[in-house]
Amino acid sequence: MTIEELRKIAETEREAEKRYQHRVCVCTAAGCLSSGGDHVLDAIRKEVAESGMKNEVLVKGVGCMGLCSAGPLVSVETEGKMFANVTPEEAPDVVGSLDTGAGGPQECPTNVPFFERQKKIVLENCGKIDPERIEDYIAHDGYLALVHTIAERSPQEVIQEIIRSGLRGRGGAGYPTGLKWSTVAKTGEQEKFVICNADEGDPGAFMDRAVLESDPHRVLEGMAIAAYAVGAQKGFLYVRAEYPLAVKNLKTAIRQADRLGLLGNSICGSRFSFHVDIRLGAGAFVCGEETALIASIEGKRGTPRPRPPYPAESGLWDSPTLINNVETFANVAPILRNGAAWFAGIGTEKSKGTKVFALAGRVTNTGLIEVPMGITLREVVNEIGGGIPDGKKCKAVQTGGPSGGCIPEKHMDLPVDYESLKSIGSMMGSGGMIVMDETSCMVDVAKYFMEFCMSESCGKCIPCRAGTQQMHGILARITAGEGTPADLALLEELCDLVRNTSLCGLGQGAPTPVLTTMQYFRGEYDAHVAGECPAGVCAGVHRGGEEVAK
Amino acid sequence: MLTYLGSPQLPSDDKRWKIVEATARRHGREPNALIETLHTVQEAFGYLDDIALKFVAMTLRVPLSLVYGAATFYHYFTLKPKGKHTCVVCTGTACYIKGAAGLLAAIEKTYGVKPGETTPDDQLSVLTARCLGSCGLAPAVVMDGAVLGKVGPEQMLARIEKGIRHDH
Repeated sequence: MTIEELRKIAETEREAEKRYQHRVCVCTAAGCLSSGGDHVLDAIRKEVAESGMKNEVLVKGVGCMGLCSAGPLVSVETEGKMFANVTPEEAPDVVGSLDTGAGGPQECPTNVPFFERQKKIVLENCGKIDPERIEDYIAHDGYLALVHTIAERSPQEVIQEIIRSGLRGRGGAGYPTGLKWSTVAKTGEQEKFVICNADEGDPGAFMDRAVLESDPHRVLEGMAIAAYAVGAQKGFLYVRAEYPLAVKNLKTAIRQADRLGLLGNSICGSRFSFHVDIRLGAGAFVCGEETALIASIEGKRGTPRPRPPYPAESGLWDSPTLINNVETFANVAPILRNGAAWFAGIGTEKSKGTKVFALAGRVTNTGLIEVPMGITLREVVNEIGGGIPDGKKCKAVQTGGPSGGCIPEKHMDLPVDYESLKSIGSMMGSGGMIVMDETSCMVDVAKYFMEFCMSESCGKCIPCRAGTQQMHGILARITAGEGTPADLALLEELCDLVRNTSLCGLGQGAPTPVLTTMQYFRGEYDAHVAGECPAGVCAGVHRGGEEVAK
Repeated sequence: MLTYLGSPQLPSDDKRWKIVEATARRHGREPNALIETLHTVQEAFGYLDDIALKFVAMTLRVPLSLVYGAATFYHYFTLKPKGKHTCVVCTGTACYIKGAAGLLAAIEKTYGVKPGETTPDDQLSVLTARCLGSCGLAPAVVMDGAVLGKVGPEQMLARIEKGIRHDH
């Protein structure tokens, strides 16, 4: 594959699209699928065929458009219209609106902050391209970065470009990506691996799934560029088995890229070869930790091991291994295409680019959003999220899942970047963002996350195995109305112990939800000990003197 | 442990074992194919029983203890057969704060089963999912593969009952 050949494919595809008067895109990613997006797609296709408009209307299934709470979504690209909550019965209305300009089903305005305040880099193709067709990806400048890179740049130049862009790991910890790449590149070993961590286990987080389902080639291109830069020949995509559609689309994508010579042996006629294989996760949260993930790919139980040595020096089968998150890889191609300076111009001083969040919980617009770093939480919740429904008040925002913290309303003007979130005890995390209002009990939320960590602890190190059990026991006592002030002191002590002595990120992060809720909502803990659940959630705890029936 | 030079005999002439065999073969019968092979078994048979674990151990030349270790470590694998119908309640964060606990309590009250259990008549298995990723539909339940979103206890119970009655 040469640049000319790639351009030709893109041109042919664009020409083919232009022949249609109307382009109708139906979301068939998991969010809309669960509300029947596939049936809507079939119904619209059938309607178009029956009304003899097959040569004028292009109907395609696309990936996530973001506003999952209004799904299934249908967008008419050519007219800039979007329809929400579409049912298969409304297919004639959708098709009817094309030529006549009639109203059609419930319209979803696209000039609202939810769409306008976002900045899309990672998700730029999501909801626009058909994830099952490589030609569509190529028509949207896909694989241009890879082909250019192999033809014109040395691996060293690629790494320098990534370093200059300031890209940091999107899995949550925020380690500089370029630095990681150069560590792997510097090792003299012959055999190296590239792993894409798609074991998205945080409850309430579905960013990586959306990217894999909606734009799988983007991730493959990022992995191939990374492999070229660090000198790896083999890559693994470690995907959750719970994401069947993502796995299916990835398998198709790998096959297509192989066929066009964009993956496989001597890519683009060069001496660079790169093979990608999929490995299925099996429902272990701890496998998101890089050393546990490596053990799992090796076919073992997914337990972490002490670091150093870091995987960059000794990872999969003791070879140097580069592990990056899905979203990190998805940022690579745009950086190389548009230049490091362009990327570094977005975001804050230390956190460059954008971040994808899965916005959910007690907020009007739930779904997938991508915002520039440095935006405030208040803007995300009130403008993009459309505020809290039912006239309730926002109480806290939870970021970072079971290892992250609850940020109280008073800190909502803080910019979203790695350092700011850390400074108030939470973390960026992989991108789950759950909004809570006054009906949520913070002690109950802390118990929920502790229960999660307890059951997901792999059992290898004692602080995490026993500590999470003990902390959960105390939280269960407090929420049952049997806690004492001494319990609170013990809980704090245990948090400190587990955080500082656990082997991996799971244990080290497990106390964070407790610590942040204790720091910002201490009053609720005290109230529980005194026998009252202010939110009225906890059974067995009285509220204003009467038993809460639940 | 016995060392096999070729492939071990299939446990029965059930065609599904050939699919399992094929997965192992595709990975060169390397021990690292363990999880992939267990996935294939579960996909074909629905669960992992002793016969399957022993067969996988022999095929990949992995000690049975390690096979059992992996099969019990990963939540996705189940050693028990599921009931005729399955109801999965999402307990992701968004669903939790929108009332997933109440849904589970309603199921337990009506059918007497906790998550991970199956009713004595093998009609209904109740499972929980860490997160379905359909947070826009919270709280979400999956009954026999169909997603019910923004669901309340009564509505969910009615749907479960309909699913079970459908067979009779």
